[in-house]
Amino acid sequence: MSNKKTAKNTNSVHGRRAVAYIVLILLTFLCLVWFYVLFINATRSNAQLKSGFTPFPGKYLLRNLRNLFNGPTPVIRGMLNSLVIAGCSAVLSVYFSTMTAFAIHGYEFRAKRLIFTFILMIMMIPTQVSALGFIRLMGKMKLTDTYIPLILPSIAAPVTFFYMKQYMDANLPASLIEAARIDGAGELKIFNTIVLPLMKPAIAVQAIFTFVASWNNYFTPNLIINSKMKKTLPILLAELRNSDWKTFDMGQVYAMIAFAIFPVIVVYLLLSRYIVGGVTAGGVKE
Amino acid sequence: MNKTVHKSNHLNKHNRWGYYFLIPFVVIFVVFQLVPLISTIYNSFFENYMSGLKQVGPRFVGFANFKALISSGDLFVYFKNTMIMWALGFVPQILVSLLLGAWFTDPALRLKGQRFFKTVIYLPNLIMASAFSMLFFTLFSDSGPVNSILLQIGVLSKAFKFMSNVWSVRGLVAMMNFLMWFGNTTILLMAGMMGIDQSLFEAAEVDGASARQIFFRITLPLLRPILIYVMITSLIGGLQMFDVPQVLTNGKGDPMRSSMTLIMYLNKHLFSKNYGMAGALSVILLIITGILSIIVFRVSAADEVRGGRHRDRDKLVKEEES
Repeated sequence: MSNKKTAKNTNSVHGRRAVAYIVLILLTFLCLVWFYVLFINATRSNAQLKSGFTPFPGKYLLRNLRNLFNGPTPVIRGMLNSLVIAGCSAVLSVYFSTMTAFAIHGYEFRAKRLIFTFILMIMMIPTQVSALGFIRLMGKMKLTDTYIPLILPSIAAPVTFFYMKQYMDANLPASLIEAARIDGAGELKIFNTIVLPLMKPAIAVQAIFTFVASWNNYFTPNLIINSKMKKTLPILLAELRNSDWKTFDMGQVYAMIAFAIFPVIVVYLLLSRYIVGGVTAGGVKE
Repeated sequence: MNKTVHKSNHLNKHNRWGYYFLIPFVVIFVVFQLVPLISTIYNSFFENYMSGLKQVGPRFVGFANFKALISSGDLFVYFKNTMIMWALGFVPQILVSLLLGAWFTDPALRLKGQRFFKTVIYLPNLIMASAFSMLFFTLFSDSGPVNSILLQIGVLSKAFKFMSNVWSVRGLVAMMNFLMWFGNTTILLMAGMMGIDQSLFEAAEVDGASARQIFFRITLPLLRPILIYVMITSLIGGLQMFDVPQVLTNGKGDPMRSSMTLIMYLNKHLFSKNYGMAGALSVILLIITGILSIIVFRVSAADEVRGGRHRDRDKLVKEEES
């Protein structure tokens, strides 16, 4: 009786495992096939592309890229602009979010509970909801068409703050701070030389997420930036859709999309360990 | 946790630094978020738009902008579009994520290559939505590779116009949202599943429960807080749907504005400097966001004991962020 049951269980495990692998392989295909087609098409000439799809790469990748870089759309400049904005946002966001989290975590003061609850409440408010007031205020402050409205707001990032706070609760012993204080270290120095280094894993994860969010952002930059040379990559891509793309060299169109997508994929594959782990890290150690 | 801090009351002076360290957050929040939000609400009560090159207003009109917005009917159409495209993506997303999460965390299955699969399913989440959408637009265009492949293998006899059909456009938007978010949801749900006490599974197995029974009787009920969280955030994210349909349909929401979302509508008003209407729409969005989160939360927490709600929320906020 019990033997029979075990045999049946083993069978069902084998069956379920087979189903699981089939579904996983199908999903893997569904996730990657678009990027495969993108890669193939970026390596083919306009004429080849017009004659239909083949699953094998062509020889036009370098030519397509060269045409793209020499074309009227400043893609390299766009990528540099995106890099500068996303890089500055990530640095400012993690530094000041950690500082905010340390204020709540490490000190006792009257408004502490109130401020913490308040930050949690505003976490869910979509940024688009205040976009109208935002662009009008930036206009009045003469900040339209500058990067300041795209970078500075990342200092007040409730989600990053919350992640840092969680991480501190689990990983920052109060005794260490106390010891440094007894040694006569100032509070700012304690923050910069003791808290920040201890927060490195959390900082790395949040820096990546903030960078990606800013890098991919289209809504706000599109409302703030007007000059061609200041535009970020997402704006340039949306403009590609906006233009009369049918008259375009399709090889170049695919090359531009590939130019926007593949560097991100490469960086992701290098950092995937931190990224996939980072989605759930922080509270695990509690 | 803060015991040492309490003990050091003789050093109380340093606690002032709690305020100092909050200054950057508070200043930036007030300037770039709070003032704009208040100004948006303020603007919603004024007539203020461009008629050609002529500036009309600003003139206080009370709730006239809201009345105009609601009576035109567009608002409901765009709300419906947004919700349809969200639901089309969210339903498969939550089902697939639950299934994958259960498989990945099932010790009996011992699936190999988990890191590879997790890396792959999370990948689309990091892709620039505008680039991804532009890619789908080219792939599914009338003479694009998808049509070309379907013609070659004989599924179609003539090219299918994906961009001219209401449900294929909505379907593509939903599929992109699904692809971009199911990996993230899977990883979140897995964390929740791994947090469940293993002895519960062992006990159930000893009692002869099948994998299906264990999933529906143990895993699912215990996952509720995190499922609620995933749903609330996905819904709020869904209301903000913009990049994908905007780029796919070039901001037009074609065909016949059937894929026009609320934020695309807002974006249109902002670009045409129709500030009164944009303000009213923003306020409505703010209210909808608020109400929806409360409704979803209440419905899901309806059978909780009184007072359990707050505990639940704290727990869930903790779990999700972690």
